[in-house]
Amino acid sequence: MAEFALPKNSRPVEGERHKAADGATNVKEFRIYRYDPEWGTNPRIDTYELDLDKCGPMVLDALIKIKGEVDGTLTFRRSCREGICGSCSMNIDGENTLACLKAIDDCKGAVKIYPLPHMEVIKDLVVDFTHFWAQYESIQPWLKTESPEPARERVQSVEEREKLDGLYDCILCACCTTSCPSYWWNGDKYLGPATLLQAHRWIADSRDEATGERLDDLEDPFKLYRCHTIMNCANTCPKGLNPAKAISEIKKLIVERTL
Amino acid sequence: MATSFRTPLARARGLGSAKEGVHHWKLQRITSISELLLEIWFVTQLIRMAGSGYSEWVAWFSSPINASLMSAWMISIFYHTKLGVQVVIEDYVHGRPYKIAALLALNLVAVALAVAAIFSIVTISLRG
Repeated sequence: MAEFALPKNSRPVEGERHKAADGATNVKEFRIYRYDPEWGTNPRIDTYELDLDKCGPMVLDALIKIKGEVDGTLTFRRSCREGICGSCSMNIDGENTLACLKAIDDCKGAVKIYPLPHMEVIKDLVVDFTHFWAQYESIQPWLKTESPEPARERVQSVEEREKLDGLYDCILCACCTTSCPSYWWNGDKYLGPATLLQAHRWIADSRDEATGERLDDLEDPFKLYRCHTIMNCANTCPKGLNPAKAISEIKKLIVERTL
Repeated sequence: MATSFRTPLARARGLGSAKEGVHHWKLQRITSISELLLEIWFVTQLIRMAGSGYSEWVAWFSSPINASLMSAWMISIFYHTKLGVQVVIEDYVHGRPYKIAALLALNLVAVALAVAAIFSIVTISLRG
């Protein structure tokens, strides 16, 4: 059956509390999921008190401050700190988003920070993306052509190029895919919103010559049709994209070729 | 679980595409449209027949149009139910033997109910 509760050894317990420095006036609590396979114990929720007057405005600023000044063992991915690389995707205040784009002020009460849901945790906020990347690779996310290579670049009209807007912008942070209940229950086979949006990015590309094969490979009760238009993907995307719409476009094209 | 040395890509590809799903998707939509139309028809009939007794209803069922539309409605309902519950089973039932048994039972029950409904319609219709 689908898993509706965490296994006993995955349930988080109350962890350590790191007090703010004396004299801090603008204190905010950060409750952060901690797990280290070497502990051999359950994950725990550590509480860090930070003086917001001495911290940048974003959740990522707080994480970097904690790692640098309070607790160097806190582990998370980050790189560009401006919503381009997709590394710092995590669950903040109950919603998957990028820590670098989430303002601390937008979180009411303590800021709760967890790893992306229903992914295997490697350590703290770092989850295992192996299967996610393999699924992305499986849709062959590159231009496929058979016509002889043109002497110049492969041209595209302005209108044709516009069809890629809202698709090429995806940074593969996996916020959408890990917010999708269908992916939670059937992620071994269901490709999930991020990979399907990327699949549509190549199907919609006027320069690609493998549209039919791409649709063939997607027409599957699990790879594609596990999408039940739940729309968590569109709600949570930190880039404001709409993977659910891209998926419905794929479904429409598969119907269109039968009519 | 035993250690597997299959690559992540091999695991993601699995057995490849089943090359089906569009038929299910289309029929789910077609049956929902047919159900909607037939339900509107049936509700108008209910309003028209309000206060009628046994003999009036037997007469209503003996009309070939009413009996045919009622039968079409039943086929539409049970087919749509089968398609919808199938999705729920595929989503949530993961043990292979349970899943196959559940899908088999669903198909048998849906067909049995549709047959019983149509048989009832025919039986009433022949009394008129």
